[in-house]
Amino acid sequence: MKINDVILQTITKAVSFIILAFSIFIFLAGHNNPGGGFIGGLITASAFVLLYLAFDMEFIKSVIPIDYIKLTALGLLIAVLTGVGSFIFGQPFLSHTFGYFDLPLLGEKTELATAVIFDLGVYFTVVGITMTIILTIGEDQS
Amino acid sequence: MSFLHYVIILPFIFVLLVPFLYKYFNKIHTGWFILTLPIGLFSLLMSYLPTISDGQIIKHDIGWIPSLDIHFSVYLDGLGLLFSLLITGIGSLVVLYSVYYLSKESEKLNTFYTYLLLFMGAMLGVVLSDNIIVLYLFWELTSISSFLLIAYWYKREKSRYGAQKSMLITVFGGLAMLAGFILMYIMSDTFSIREMISQIDTMSTQSLFVPAMLLILLGAFTKSAQFPFHIWLPDAMEAPTPVSAYLHSATMVKAGLYLVARFSPIFAGQGEWFWLVTGFGIVTLFWGSFNAVRQTDLKSILAFSTVSQLGMIMSLLGIGSLSVLANPTENAYFYAVATTAAIFHLINHATFKGALFMMVGIVDHETGTRDIRKLGGLMSLMPITFTIALIGTFSMAGLPPFNGFLSKEMFFTGVKNVTQAEFFNLQTWGILIPVLAWIASIFTFVYSMMIVFKTFTGKHQPEKLQKKAHEAPFGMLIPPIILVSLVIVFGIFPNILTETILLPTVTSILPSVLDGYGVVSEISHWHGWNLELFMTIGVIAIGTLLYLTMKKWKSIYKLFPDRFSFNRFYDRTLVRMEKNSNWIMRKHMTGYTRDYLVYIFSFIIMVLGYVLIKYTTFIWPAEQFLAPIQTYEWILAISTVLAAAAILKASSRLTAIILIGVVGYMVSLFFVIFRAPDLALTQLVVETISVALFLLCFYHLPELRREMRNIRFRITNLLISIGVGVIITFIALSVQGVNGLESISRYFVENSYKKAGGDNIVNVILVDFRGFDTMLEIIVLGIASLGVYSLIKLRLEGRDSIHENK
Repeated sequence: MKINDVILQTITKAVSFIILAFSIFIFLAGHNNPGGGFIGGLITASAFVLLYLAFDMEFIKSVIPIDYIKLTALGLLIAVLTGVGSFIFGQPFLSHTFGYFDLPLLGEKTELATAVIFDLGVYFTVVGITMTIILTIGEDQS
Repeated sequence: MSFLHYVIILPFIFVLLVPFLYKYFNKIHTGWFILTLPIGLFSLLMSYLPTISDGQIIKHDIGWIPSLDIHFSVYLDGLGLLFSLLITGIGSLVVLYSVYYLSKESEKLNTFYTYLLLFMGAMLGVVLSDNIIVLYLFWELTSISSFLLIAYWYKREKSRYGAQKSMLITVFGGLAMLAGFILMYIMSDTFSIREMISQIDTMSTQSLFVPAMLLILLGAFTKSAQFPFHIWLPDAMEAPTPVSAYLHSATMVKAGLYLVARFSPIFAGQGEWFWLVTGFGIVTLFWGSFNAVRQTDLKSILAFSTVSQLGMIMSLLGIGSLSVLANPTENAYFYAVATTAAIFHLINHATFKGALFMMVGIVDHETGTRDIRKLGGLMSLMPITFTIALIGTFSMAGLPPFNGFLSKEMFFTGVKNVTQAEFFNLQTWGILIPVLAWIASIFTFVYSMMIVFKTFTGKHQPEKLQKKAHEAPFGMLIPPIILVSLVIVFGIFPNILTETILLPTVTSILPSVLDGYGVVSEISHWHGWNLELFMTIGVIAIGTLLYLTMKKWKSIYKLFPDRFSFNRFYDRTLVRMEKNSNWIMRKHMTGYTRDYLVYIFSFIIMVLGYVLIKYTTFIWPAEQFLAPIQTYEWILAISTVLAAAAILKASSRLTAIILIGVVGYMVSLFFVIFRAPDLALTQLVVETISVALFLLCFYHLPELRREMRNIRFRITNLLISIGVGVIITFIALSVQGVNGLESISRYFVENSYKKAGGDNIVNVILVDFRGFDTMLEIIVLGIASLGVYSLIKLRLEGRDSIHENK
């Protein structure tokens, strides 16, 4: 049976970008407002899942050519390296710091924190894991 | 970070470079790049020799996990320097040798050098660490790298067998040692060996002292292949010959000796220590040399010979420990000569045994076999190799003028002196020690002669060899030539070693004895016509006789049936363990999700229920903590319950999935009401994604069936569901009832902005305060996703073969 999913596909085309933008917002807002790497990663993954649901799997694979297992590895690597990075400054593992900088476009006294780099690792890992699990189960045609 | 830290860390940094060197410079053998490291480290360490000879020590600390008293502290004294020189020195020669031994066309050089460097770094870590936890870490890393190197040709059945055997035995010992270390920590409240030594007086009277000693010795004996744990070493000979020369003769197997030497200042003077170290050492010495004679494979002979020589050094360390008890103190040298002999022989053994292993590797490489029944008459074909073999074996047999002769004489002096000791019942049993030592030396002589004469003299049998025998390439001969030159140099001028390295090393083993008495005397060749010399002459005479009449008495080896050997015991234990574990697993791993849920939930009920009842933690919440329940809260709660109850009655899977989604969304609404936006957001997204996941794989799931099993099945389900519900409700209520304790949330409220610069407490906890938890959690998630991936993908590819196995 061929399902007519024109409506779903049309909406997905618009909505998925809104979700993706929102997920990045949530990720960056994390330090001071609700959000963070974990939620951000999940929302990004949900945008991807929506795409996979609305369109053909092979098609989306060619549009988003990401190896999610490698993405997981990258995320874990970022998280661990952030921890190791504090050794360079003679601090115990996973020490974080933050500071306020005047940056163009972003305005004065923008806060930059090393915790965000760690959170980025969490973000990548969560996207990678969710997509790996969903795609492996989804692709399993037997 | 001091230079000593870099000595340990540099090999690990080189490991990171190996893949790139192998890939992008594949025209040049990777070994040439690696060679620079041990040579550089060796020269660096040599430059500290004068400092150490002066009796100074070098110590540096870095806090690693300061809160647990674990510091990456490095400590360079005579003993540490001697071992690190051996590791880097023999390491350089072995890497050079491996360049010619392993062809760059057919072997995977990147893995080989990765493992070898891992081992080198770990071994340096063992001998330079002062903190026993760090020492333990590196200790196990040597076991693992040894495992990987033995299994280098992992397609061979025997390599895998040998690797597994060595791993099981040495890691078993390592774990025992860890337990011993923890006992030491309980007694002394420190992980530093230095600080323990300063507390000997208070430690030695405690009841845990002897158990700690036994456990640590177990670690040392398994690593140094002492009887009856020696069985792993002959099987480890499946490794490439450079590895055997390096790990299984010169360095790793000596880690146990190092440990005994390192802990001597603490344990020396105890009767148990003396009897165990000396006893196991002497028995190993005898058993190893006795069994070496029956072997026909050159590498097996060398393996048993290594076992036997390790036993000899071990026993000498035990005898040396008597010097702590010597009275008057001036007599200390009477026993300390054994310790000097141990260290001297350790150096000598590294030189001649290293050369012999390389020699065997050359023979194997150029003829294609190591079986002495096929070899013979190679003297004229491989004259240089023959010379190396001759010098190496004569030194091993204890013949003058080589260094083995000197240490063998000192060994005889050591065991002779034991008989005059007046403690630990030595008057009655002590005589066994020199007798066994002497008999073992005869067998040592016999197998030494076998190695050189069965290989190089007699009739050449080219028809039995796979290759046409010829001399090895020059580069392959350089490392053994350097080693046999050292054999001769140390043999003729032994005193270049005494002041420079022997004295500081012996001082670090027996600090209380030797302080103030520079008692490592000159080593000389001629002591007059004394007992030691007659013992040597006896060894040569009887040894020659036994070698010539070997055919007549060889049948005595048949008196030991294989059925009762330790190898057979090991194999049977392994099989039985596998069978039993399999049985236990089959009993409870049924493959039904329902059974696993029963285990999990009954465990929850039992543990939590036990805590609730045992500690009477349940308190009905006091009136002032209870807020009035609003109408919309009632509505939410009732809808959640209704949705949950409806799942039970759902007739199709789709309905059930949607209903589970409803429960999830309701819960996230609760989070919204109780002002937990992060949780609400996460819960919403998780619900959405899991519903989507179900929809994706929905088509593949089988039809939903109502399991109408027997009454027992249903009653179990009923009991468990009621149990979980009741327990969780009680816990939720008592959480509200706890009023005496202050909540930790106050700390986070106050500090999250001040210390971590974030307003969102939840996020700050996740990434900063409890960042370590988060990191481990995402690692667990990563492993889980890989698990899902491999389960599904492997099932697809391997389905047929799995069914066949059933």
